[in-house]
Amino acid sequence: MTSKRFTKEAWGKAVEGLRESYKVWVPAKEGAHHFFKEYTDDITPDFEATKTRMSPKHTVFPQSERMFEYSLESSDADANIMKDTPKDYSPQAVVGVRPCDAYSFNLVKINFDNKEYRDPWWANRYESTTFIGMGCNEPCSTCFCDSVGSGPFDEKGLDVLVYDMGDAYVAKALNEKGEKALAAMNGGQDAAEADLTAAADMAAKVEAPSKVPTDKLRSQKLNDLYDADFWDELASGCLNCGACTFACPTCWCFDIQDESWNREGEVRKRQGDRIRNWDSCMFPLFTLHASGHNPRGLKVQRVRQRFMHKLKYYVDKYDGGTLCVGCGRCVEACPVNIDIRQVFELMNDFSK
Amino acid sequence: MKQYTDTIKATAKRLLEDGTVDCFIGFRKGTMPMINHPVVITDAAKADTLYWDGNCGNNLALYLTGRKADEKIGIVATGCVSRNINLLIAEGQVTREQLYIVGAPCKGMIERRSVEAAVGHREILSVNEEGEKLIVEGKGFKEELNRADHLQRNCVTCRHHNPVEHNDILGSEVSEPAEAPVFTDLEEAAAKSDEDRWNFFQQTFESCIRCYACRNACPMCYCPTCFVDEAKPQWVGKSSDKVDTMTFHFLRAFHLAGRCTDCGACERVCPVDIPVRYLTNKLNRDAQEFYDYSAGLVAGERPLLDQYKLTDIEDFIK
Repeated sequence: MTSKRFTKEAWGKAVEGLRESYKVWVPAKEGAHHFFKEYTDDITPDFEATKTRMSPKHTVFPQSERMFEYSLESSDADANIMKDTPKDYSPQAVVGVRPCDAYSFNLVKINFDNKEYRDPWWANRYESTTFIGMGCNEPCSTCFCDSVGSGPFDEKGLDVLVYDMGDAYVAKALNEKGEKALAAMNGGQDAAEADLTAAADMAAKVEAPSKVPTDKLRSQKLNDLYDADFWDELASGCLNCGACTFACPTCWCFDIQDESWNREGEVRKRQGDRIRNWDSCMFPLFTLHASGHNPRGLKVQRVRQRFMHKLKYYVDKYDGGTLCVGCGRCVEACPVNIDIRQVFELMNDFSK
Repeated sequence: MKQYTDTIKATAKRLLEDGTVDCFIGFRKGTMPMINHPVVITDAAKADTLYWDGNCGNNLALYLTGRKADEKIGIVATGCVSRNINLLIAEGQVTREQLYIVGAPCKGMIERRSVEAAVGHREILSVNEEGEKLIVEGKGFKEELNRADHLQRNCVTCRHHNPVEHNDILGSEVSEPAEAPVFTDLEEAAAKSDEDRWNFFQQTFESCIRCYACRNACPMCYCPTCFVDEAKPQWVGKSSDKVDTMTFHFLRAFHLAGRCTDCGACERVCPVDIPVRYLTNKLNRDAQEFYDYSAGLVAGERPLLDQYKLTDIEDFIK
């Protein structure tokens, strides 16, 4: 596998050049926070960015995605006939993604692309995406990636891993996809053996500052945790907003809505759309039945759903760890400081 | 602050133990700097976990709605929170008899974003309030800031720092600034042309992720089903369409006309830093200018748009 060394300046140019063959996403500052943005001429990438406010899940799974559409103009020959909305599956690269975020796509894949179902939009876009990740020399205080199966230099979700060596970046291709992307990046030199050794030595010393216990989550009885006495108090301060679920890289729930619009100035004035939007287990419409009944009608039931899904149902169903990559975003985004690190402790260490 | 914390702990313990209240609404110390955790406790043994400092900017009156009619509730209330309590009583959401209000004269809450900007967005690991100073520490730095320079914007313009309604009070009343507040953002927007103001609205709400934290943090947003959650029929689109997003923000603000105490909770909780108070505050200013009305100052007073006075201006009737 190829490894290249780039000066920081050369790296910036190489990523810019990558736009010729890929749609490129980069961390960029907007206001006080960084977000993954499509790299266009008016975007300034910031590869020193630590944690973007929102995860990069929207690069594969947009917050709102038009699935189907139909004309509502009765004069159109295809009026009222639902058609696939054309999608863009051209190659894209998410550059500067952190290892935990990249690993989140591996976890989420279980939902969107498995033996029983294949979500074409998610899966096609995932397959067209190359993850060029930046290892974390200094993880944030809220990070606990290495407690939940990932780590500051975890390679599992990445196609290229980049080490920040201070004066230069060392980029290591991890698979064919990564080779291809690295080949399309101009300006670097082949990394020397010493570069790779130095990078590996540096990476080996880095640990996430926060730790959470996970060892007993699997063996806890599901019903005991469901009926545990801590939920009421834990949920008491919750706003039931969607900040945690929207910021989370692994929250995959969506809701499908039909909308129609009638706008002046559009080619087709009246159109109907079938759109899928990120949903949130915090919202009152989440799992609301057509009958009007909602099995999770209370705040405490919604809060319990969020944590049970991530730290128990997923753990039991797939036996592959938690549905949490330890990015710490929900800890930072929660307006009332509900801290998932404490919920790990409550659930893991619970005894009846 | 330590005195407040100690008194809150002792009061909550006493009230829960002697059965004066069934639950007590307060804050716990947060797990991160500049944020605390609002909590409803029912067990006197947990009173010791309560806490108070300048990071208690969430509005605790939020937790008063939707509770049982016979539930007795203890709550810590700053000036704005106490005004929201008055409003919730006037709107029939809770009764005064249900409440034991522990008043907290307030020196304004710390604006996390301002402190973060002041240290160049380096990661902050601790912030300590020492009198009029904030000691901000992170990896490899320690800086001292003036507390007064880093208050929530609504606290800077606040003229009601002392609780207007309470059973107990945590300390002596704080003095209110003598000068009238200046609302720079409102003045700037008012000076804009219609087109520029429209662009300003569009830019302001562009980054909204529709998480509804602003709505959900507001004690006055207690509709059983919010208009944006209405599904049969659907009123507002659920996608990230900018027209729907602005519809949400504008309608939410209008729902709060004459009902907003400018507690700042909505703006505080926004994960993407949208200055959502701009809209509600414009309506607050209108209520003040047109009707000499500030929400929740007088116990028992009906909400502004629920009352009629012969002195109401009516020059729009030609």
